[in-house]
Amino acid sequence: MKLTIRAIAFAGAATSALLATIPAQAQAPLKIGFVTSLSGPEGVIGRDLLDAFNLALKDGGNTMGGRPVQVVTGDDQVKPDVGRQVVDKMLDSDKVDILTGINFSNVLLAVVKPIMDSGKFYISPNAGPSQLAGKQCNAHLFSVGFQNDNNFEGLGKYLKEKGLKKIYFLAPNYPAGKDMLTGFKRYFGEPMQSEVFTAMGQLDYSAEIAQLRAAKPDAVVMFYPGGMGINFVKQYAQAGLMSQIPLYTGPGTVDQTTLGAIGDAAVGMYTGAMWSEFLDNAASKKFAADFEAAYNRIPSQYAAQAYDTGHILQSAVDAVGGKIDDKAAFRKALENVKFDSVRGHFKFNTNHFPIQDYYLVQVEKDSKGRLVSSLREKIMSDLADAYSGDCAMPAQ
Amino acid sequence: MTFSLFIEQLLNGVQLGVMLFLMAAGLTLVFGIMNLINLAHGSLYMAGAFFAATVFQISGSFLLAVPIAVALTALVGGVVERAVLRQFYARSHLDQVLVTFGLILVFNDAVRLIWGVVPVPLAPPEALAGSVHLFGGVDYPAFRLAILGVGALVALGLYFVVSHTRIGMWIRAGASNRPMASALGVDVELVFSLVFSAGAGLAGLAGLMAGPITAVQVGMGEPILILALVVTVIGGIGSIRGAFVAALMIGVGDTFGRVLLPPALGSMAIFMLMAAILAWRPKGLFPVHG
Amino acid sequence: MADTIAKPGGLSVMLRVSWPILLILALLAFAPTLSNALDNPFLVRLFTRAVIFAMAAVALNFVLGFGGLVSLMHGGLAGIGAYAVAIMAFHDYDGSKFLGVFPGTSDLAILIPVAMLAAGLGAALTGIVALRTSGAYFIMITLAFNQMLYYFFVALQQYGGDDGLQILSNLTLAGFDISRRATFYYVALVALCAELFFFSRVVASRFGTILQACAQNERRVTAIGIPPLRYKLAALAISGAAAGLAGALWASGQQFVSPSELSWDRSGDYIVMAVLGGTGRVWGPVLGAVVFVLLEAFLPAWTQFWQAPFGVVVILIVVFLRGGLIDLMGGSLARPTGGGR
Repeated sequence: MKLTIRAIAFAGAATSALLATIPAQAQAPLKIGFVTSLSGPEGVIGRDLLDAFNLALKDGGNTMGGRPVQVVTGDDQVKPDVGRQVVDKMLDSDKVDILTGINFSNVLLAVVKPIMDSGKFYISPNAGPSQLAGKQCNAHLFSVGFQNDNNFEGLGKYLKEKGLKKIYFLAPNYPAGKDMLTGFKRYFGEPMQSEVFTAMGQLDYSAEIAQLRAAKPDAVVMFYPGGMGINFVKQYAQAGLMSQIPLYTGPGTVDQTTLGAIGDAAVGMYTGAMWSEFLDNAASKKFAADFEAAYNRIPSQYAAQAYDTGHILQSAVDAVGGKIDDKAAFRKALENVKFDSVRGHFKFNTNHFPIQDYYLVQVEKDSKGRLVSSLREKIMSDLADAYSGDCAMPAQ
Repeated sequence: MTFSLFIEQLLNGVQLGVMLFLMAAGLTLVFGIMNLINLAHGSLYMAGAFFAATVFQISGSFLLAVPIAVALTALVGGVVERAVLRQFYARSHLDQVLVTFGLILVFNDAVRLIWGVVPVPLAPPEALAGSVHLFGGVDYPAFRLAILGVGALVALGLYFVVSHTRIGMWIRAGASNRPMASALGVDVELVFSLVFSAGAGLAGLAGLMAGPITAVQVGMGEPILILALVVTVIGGIGSIRGAFVAALMIGVGDTFGRVLLPPALGSMAIFMLMAAILAWRPKGLFPVHG
Repeated sequence: MADTIAKPGGLSVMLRVSWPILLILALLAFAPTLSNALDNPFLVRLFTRAVIFAMAAVALNFVLGFGGLVSLMHGGLAGIGAYAVAIMAFHDYDGSKFLGVFPGTSDLAILIPVAMLAAGLGAALTGIVALRTSGAYFIMITLAFNQMLYYFFVALQQYGGDDGLQILSNLTLAGFDISRRATFYYVALVALCAELFFFSRVVASRFGTILQACAQNERRVTAIGIPPLRYKLAALAISGAAAGLAGALWASGQQFVSPSELSWDRSGDYIVMAVLGGTGRVWGPVLGAVVFVLLEAFLPAWTQFWQAPFGVVVILIVVFLRGGLIDLMGGSLARPTGGGR
């Protein structure tokens, strides 16, 4: 059998510490390809994803379904074609069994087809573009984070209920930015006071901030992940607006990957999120404590998603006893996965995207003087995404 | 757009322009005098921001961070010039592009090794953290006003040095006719080193002043490098005056372009401006060489 | 020997001039065999990437190495070719029409000429403006055009915008299935081969001689009554079309295109490949592209901090090999010699 030949080959090549723990009746290791952004400014996100994923694996003793786990990492440099090359290498050369890790939608969209064509499973810790939740949904694709619209649907509902009228929306001019606005409007309705789209990677927002100040909105809702968010929030605070117009945002903008750089300027900001380090459940508390003990920093929401991704894989691979080549069984195990999510409760919808709760969190300083995202209230319960109706999930 | 908003946007544009000028000044001098295309100029900008962040974190004083960061960046620039770039003055532009591209990669990974992947904090000094009231009910961030002031001072200072001092005379001589200047007994090597370090210091100054406004992170130098190159070329390579005028044009043009044009065109605005200007004046607004 | 072969023409001369090309192509032809022997199908993909990048770098080097025109818009030009394929294939899959007029197609026999025409036209139109400038100004104005192309495709929401565009239909070449990796690799290699011989002939022709003369001393060319602008514009258009061919194959190979492949740093990568390999020869950039792609693929496997060693390699090559990697292949080859490049 081919598998055994591979196992022998691996045994010969095995130098990693992971493999040192193989029990006597060694099974072929389970190879997980982890493609993410490790270099450049976005490297901070990839690091959080990878660290948390490894932490989750450690909980299971780096063994799944009796098979030792080996993680193969790759850097997509946030370039779709590089991501594609890394995935090709993992499929063809490293011969991984499962893939995960990608942070950005444009990278994910470039690699979905070859992964699906190979018959392997992809578990997305973060990127959740609407195409993949709807028409292009796939039996072997699972998204653990959220569908892009979701976080802003919660915000839309919350601000609507608060009775705010004039909402000023800003985002980079790319599909995820449009998804966020669509999500917001789905629950907030029309009209928005203003919808502004700026260039990707923009550095200076003084012009946009001057315009929005003059418009005197009730609230500003923006989506600027990563460095753009750092720029925007710093400049917003320096314009003296933080105390005048409340600022709301979504995932990846004001979290532990950016808070250190933004500094005190971020205090008071609101985020629509599906996890906070203060969520009151055992899994979340264990995760926050373990992560800090292991890496000496507070985990971000990205980390929480990757941690859950690890536990989902653990549970599903355990359930099929490591025999993931039985694709139908493994798919069923993923669809009905039971695990202790750091989000309290979590389940996959028919389109393999999450059904989960959303919360409003606010940046404040904790007792040690560190910036944290404090839990304010639950703003959405059991939210599914709006695209699952478009998904004709194949039975096989 | 109301009048006070117009004034505020104008200020924003000028402030962005002044910032770009600090970057472009070093670039245009090095380019004009040594005939060296230095793509690693953005890395010096990044170095300035990281040095300032570290000094500020240790000492708590922004005022102290400024001179130390500028001096350290000038030093890094001087070392790189001496160790690598000096032998490239006589080489083709292509070789220069390639070697400074290599330097960018090395600098980025060096910063990642030293400071890590997480963006580092750099807040404005306490006194300049908020915004101030200007005429006509315009509220303007104090730190941006400070950038405006510093930038204007540096521009004036550079103008004075270049047009009224002996060093400036050498610089102008070197920029317009290098062999002749050398023949007339100007210590070209020394002038080159001085100019390169000074340009590096200015890039460091730009970086440390951008730090409190933008993210201090690996790779922060590349987007600003592109803008600085645009400014340098529009102004005319080697021309300080050209760089100043072009920087203001780009700053103001970009600011109003973003506000008034649809997003797709807004992102392109400065590049369309550059193409139009070069089509009209193929050697920039203020050509230096013959 | 290279000194004696200034005059083009004749089969034996052609062979003597082009033996390095034949050698490189012969070596590259073994990639699928190597890949089979090592049981590593990824190698075929990797070399496909190298071959297609080589095509773009060779196209760039025609104007860069022989016309003295350092273009930073070849990423954008290749992108035009790539999007031409992706958009027409999209309409074929969708059953809709491009601009409401042209039906889509998935046959590369039609798509490749379309892509080359579109990219060549793009190069010619931008060239009319860009060629008013020279030197560093030319670099920057082509950068401006590259950025305009980039933002143009980002703004095309119908075709995916920043997310890029997947090719979901099955591409064929004149009815033949080319989806097998090795098949596609050989298609790309044949295209590279055709490109190299085409450019060798052009460089050795009267047109090529005038182009090189323009790069060395434009005033003198004008003085003998030849309008340099026309020659440079034609060269740019030809180079653009060749870049479009590379882009078309690139999109077909990965069945996907995104604006990030049109970004200015990709244009810069092509320059790096050309200079790394050596701009003095038509085939120099092929070496550069292969080394570039191999370093990029295998360095990250050793260390997360792979960019610094990559940068050091680049710096060392520029410092010690003035003519690029060609220098490693011996003196007579490295020295540019009249027409026999």
